[in-house]
Amino acid sequence: MSTHIEFLDTSVFYGSHKALDEISLKIERNEIYGIVGPANSGKTTLLKCINRTIDLVTGTKVDGIVSIDGENVAQMNNVHALRRRIGMVFPLPVGLPLSIYENVAYGPRRAGIHDKDTLDELVERCLKQSVLWDEVKDRLDSLGTKLSGGQQQRLTLARALSLEPEILCLDEFSIAIDPVTTMKIEDVLVQLKDNMTIILVTNLIQQAQRISDHVMFLNDTQIVEAGETAQMFEHPKNPLTARYLSGEMG
Amino acid sequence: MSASTENPFAGSPFEIKKVRRENSAKTIMLGAAILLIVPVLVIVGYLFYKASPVLSWDYIWSDPGPLGKSGGIWLPLIGTFYLVIVSLLLVAPIGILAGVYLNEYAPNNWFTRVINMAVTSLAGVPSIVHALFGVGAFVLTLKMGESLIAAACTIAVMTIPVIVTATREALASVPMSFREACWNMGATKWQTIRTIVLPNSISGILTGVILEISRAAGETAPILFTGATAAVAINTTDIGYKLMPYDLNDRFMALSYHLHVVAEKISGMPEEMKYGTAAVLIALIVVINSFSISLRLYLRTRKKW
Amino acid sequence: MASQKKFIRVLGAKLDSVEPLIRSVIFLSGWSSIIFVAAIFFFIIKEAAPIMPHVDWGKFFFENRWIPNPAEGNEAQYGAAGILYGTFAITVVSMFIAMPLGLGAAIYISEFAGPKVKETLKILIEFLAAVPSIIWGFIGLMVMGPLLQKVLGIEVGINLLNASIVVALMAVPLIVSISEDALRAVPDSYREAALALGASRWEIVYRVLFPAAKNGLLAACMLGVGRAVGETMAVWMASGSTENIPENFFNPALLLERVKALTATIASEMPDTAHGDDHYRMLFVIGIVLLLISVVINVISDIVIKGIRNKHK
Repeated sequence: MSTHIEFLDTSVFYGSHKALDEISLKIERNEIYGIVGPANSGKTTLLKCINRTIDLVTGTKVDGIVSIDGENVAQMNNVHALRRRIGMVFPLPVGLPLSIYENVAYGPRRAGIHDKDTLDELVERCLKQSVLWDEVKDRLDSLGTKLSGGQQQRLTLARALSLEPEILCLDEFSIAIDPVTTMKIEDVLVQLKDNMTIILVTNLIQQAQRISDHVMFLNDTQIVEAGETAQMFEHPKNPLTARYLSGEMG
Repeated sequence: MSASTENPFAGSPFEIKKVRRENSAKTIMLGAAILLIVPVLVIVGYLFYKASPVLSWDYIWSDPGPLGKSGGIWLPLIGTFYLVIVSLLLVAPIGILAGVYLNEYAPNNWFTRVINMAVTSLAGVPSIVHALFGVGAFVLTLKMGESLIAAACTIAVMTIPVIVTATREALASVPMSFREACWNMGATKWQTIRTIVLPNSISGILTGVILEISRAAGETAPILFTGATAAVAINTTDIGYKLMPYDLNDRFMALSYHLHVVAEKISGMPEEMKYGTAAVLIALIVVINSFSISLRLYLRTRKKW
Repeated sequence: MASQKKFIRVLGAKLDSVEPLIRSVIFLSGWSSIIFVAAIFFFIIKEAAPIMPHVDWGKFFFENRWIPNPAEGNEAQYGAAGILYGTFAITVVSMFIAMPLGLGAAIYISEFAGPKVKETLKILIEFLAAVPSIIWGFIGLMVMGPLLQKVLGIEVGINLLNASIVVALMAVPLIVSISEDALRAVPDSYREAALALGASRWEIVYRVLFPAAKNGLLAACMLGVGRAVGETMAVWMASGSTENIPENFFNPALLLERVKALTATIASEMPDTAHGDDHYRMLFVIGIVLLLISVVINVISDIVIKGIRNKHK
């Protein structure tokens, strides 16, 4: 298993406030890497460093190196091409005010793909992957914003998959959706990891235990401990980890 | 106190006085609102009543007679029309793009603060000062002379804040989450603006455009010395001249200026000619603004999110 | 339909490919407001400049003798005190009328009116705001002036009072809309807390909302003042054109005197000048005075309004 994503002594500052403190970690190819931790520990900031959306927040500074396949993301010329390699799903479902079809086709279109057959096949594939196809296949023209919360979140997942990313990041994706939809998406993620590396930030500890291969416990801007899932849950080295993963804390 | 017959929820004398004071305050405020509106409605009605002897389709279609004492108001009306169109073509691109800059690109620093203050200052400049600017900049320095184009440029500068503010509000009403979703998919800022933000802001921008049209049609001071004139020697028997009597370099007649001329400048002006011009101008403004208001109400029903 | 979409798509792709150019255009447009404000200052000062060193400023501000076209052999006089008084008087009197009306209407709309009434009133006020200044001037000249004449039994209806009423009606919609914004910006939690303490709605207004919204209400009044100072056509047609400085400022009969405002002076006298002569340049000097007043008012009220936005965060 090779290293896909690496953080080396990465610190992030929002002005003078430190959001991440010298994070070093390695994420391997084709695994599900879970990140758990209480609110404000820096989990979302960490994800933003990978696709450089941290650059879009004013007044931020990133020290250290974030690299993908050994290449420093900060030195990549085309940040938009980088973002197309990474799919992102946020906590709150976001349906763009376009038809469902155009929602999923949005990313490919901006990348220059306009051929109808290609897009048709792409839309169907992504909607099937995100377990939304059956519910919407007869109304692909209807507005994406009019779907329910759970459907919009699956639509967001479909959009994230539309550019066939090599990395998929999910930031507490299940907050605003029901348990049934959550389970469906978890099953999808396990299947998807054959084709991509998945980073799963979650506040549901059992979710991390269920599907992730490695788990990292992030607390108050620092990594407390990281390791294989089984080992983290059964024999954690750090007492803080033990307390958090057993639900005592946070 | 016998507890059985007293109503525990009845007001104490203090409370009753408070309620009475509140009701009288409420009535006074309502009175203020009504005092504003009713007299104006009455006056406008009176204007139309006094104008009724002349109001007719013929009045609108025919040109003013000698000294404006007879005839219609076609030449001023068409002049206002062209003034509006030219000024809109000049101000809309700059104003909309400036609104895009301020809402989508401008960093949160002192320079942006200055730009914002410049927009509000521009809005506060008295219209006659805009006229002076127009004379100094367009008529003289840019050698446009007193002309339709000079007047249109003056009006355009005057109405920049209208378009900028309407555009900004329209853009700001598009949720940030849409933009972030697009950026995360690798779309550039401009692509996001072009495909999601602007298309969903058209209604608000249109409101600003209609407001600009209303201002351009009604303002008098800015065109006083920059191109409006009391009479033009144009033979409008030719339909080409009827529909397009003015060149960009010509002096032109405008409805607002015409009203100014007939109201005070010419002795022996029949009353109904004065009221007629006023009535047509007011009707034009009311129609334009009704478009804006109905557009807003209609779009509220078609919300996309 | 499909070919339309394709056209838009091709156009979109072309626009995307020149994104750096588009960015420059957008940035330039963004900075344009500053350029135009600077240009206004520049060109007005440019036209006034030649005469500025020769202006007797003491006379200009304190002497009431505005004689730009003197009789043969005499020198032109540019004492603008009477005209300054005219603008000042109209502003003061019109604000006397406009502020209570405007604030009252804003409070009613914001705090007391039901949703349908609110909607209707707001639309009506919007129409009021759209009435062009020349129509107001016309109303002042043809309708209100004669009305005042009849009602008050005076000889001339075109006077300070007439002009002030008309200007007040013009300033009110501005005061109403900005005050309403200011009142709306006060968080509902303030109102709810007061209600929980047993306050009546009126008490909420003057004990809670006025203090909380005072910045915005102040800004609204300042912008109303700006409107009154800068108004041209309505003032010109409704106030007659005689400059006066009364001896006793508190005589109510003053209201019935004719006055002359700075704006009306420029508008009425410019046609009589030639580009570049002294009179022409002095009118531009008056323009500078007006410009300074309006910019100062706007900058101050802008700062005041920014104050409220930060306070309620």
